[in-house]
Amino acid sequence: MVSDIFYFLVFPGLLFSGIAGGLLAWFDRKVTARVQFRKGPPVLQPFYDFFKLLLVKETILPKQGSPILFLLAPVFSVTGAVLSAVFILLPLFNITTGFRGDIIVIFYLLTIPSFSYITGSLASGNPLAAVGGSREMKLIMSYELTFLLVVAGIILKSGGQTDLYSIILTQQATSSYIGSISGVMLFIAGIFCLQAKMAIVPFDMPEAEAEITEGIFIEYSGAAYALIKLSKYIMLLALPSLIAAMLMGGFRFEGINIVWSILKIPVIVLLLTLIRNTNPRIKIKQAVSFFLVWMNLLAVGAIVLIFFGL
Amino acid sequence: MGFKNYCFRKSLWVFHFGGASCNNCDIEILDCLTPRHDLERFGILLVGSIRHADVLLVNGSINKHDRERLVEIYNQAPKPILVVAIGACGCTGGLFADSITFAGPVDKVIPVDAYIPGCPPKPEAIIAGIVKLVKKGR
Repeated sequence: MVSDIFYFLVFPGLLFSGIAGGLLAWFDRKVTARVQFRKGPPVLQPFYDFFKLLLVKETILPKQGSPILFLLAPVFSVTGAVLSAVFILLPLFNITTGFRGDIIVIFYLLTIPSFSYITGSLASGNPLAAVGGSREMKLIMSYELTFLLVVAGIILKSGGQTDLYSIILTQQATSSYIGSISGVMLFIAGIFCLQAKMAIVPFDMPEAEAEITEGIFIEYSGAAYALIKLSKYIMLLALPSLIAAMLMGGFRFEGINIVWSILKIPVIVLLLTLIRNTNPRIKIKQAVSFFLVWMNLLAVGAIVLIFFGL
Repeated sequence: MGFKNYCFRKSLWVFHFGGASCNNCDIEILDCLTPRHDLERFGILLVGSIRHADVLLVNGSINKHDRERLVEIYNQAPKPILVVAIGACGCTGGLFADSITFAGPVDKVIPVDAYIPGCPPKPEAIIAGIVKLVKKGR
């Protein structure tokens, strides 16, 4: 019981994933700045932003709409993000939870932040937030099937194992799944799902800054917005960790392997950032057809290849 | 100077309100965010929603239509908010001070924390003004 609380609040949970996610958010902003030939913010910038919003700014409640739901939504999103981070990072750090089928639970936990953003935006009573919320709904409907197919492909590839720890062990005993053709196809589909799940640039229609001015987060200020920022930082750690665990063989903690293990997460974040910086935002219709047709075809093709053992 | 104030100073998010501007100040403000000057190294970001803003940049002369909107925007902002008047029109009314549609410089409408004069002020002047504002504290 005490160890569960420790897991949730300190080590792979709130404190650790908040700090590591904040550093990754800085990495993302720094790489963006370097791509645009700028200097970029200091290392602690995400933490300054977070503490400023949490401690200094006033939280304004919407006049129309439901203030309670509006304030609960960020709490739910942080809870969902931390829970998924715990379930992903525990097997990654070679701590077995003895929980069979946790990959299915992770799949559902990862949708909680998106759903709470939608609830919060619809509870704020702002028309632009409602536009953002409806876009986020369409985005979820389009990428969830692809993400489910990626997870199904991993389960098939590991011979029907449904817990992340034995999937990692299987890969460490033989070879990482990304070394095969089907693994590469699943990786591509997975990277685009990550992009859509975190709503970063090719798929950032829910919070399109230029047209609907931050969309789903338009009414959030102060501490509530700080919690949303925190859940974004945590998702920036949790989702690349999931890809590293499912496809790249997780972490190994002996000798020089530590360096390669830790480098996997920044490399995936770097890939996401480069895609984000070299692409414009696409329309929601294009995103739906991109996922429902092309990415699903890619994932189904990967599953067919897995049946032939490639 | 406490921890709160330090975090606030290191992460100022800016919302830009353009009054009846000739667009010259707008362009100079955007220049501050380009690679040459890069205000993001001080943690300054341009945000789209007033609910996220810490600094309200106002430029251009404020006419009778802008007046209502400026007061509305100021009331919607989460406090503490710093207001910066940019350019000759924002600070004093400049060329338009005698116009019949003019509704007073920015400090007649909302309280102003810093003035950056110039027609338009150079990006360096805007950065110097913001640095002075940050050093003054709240």
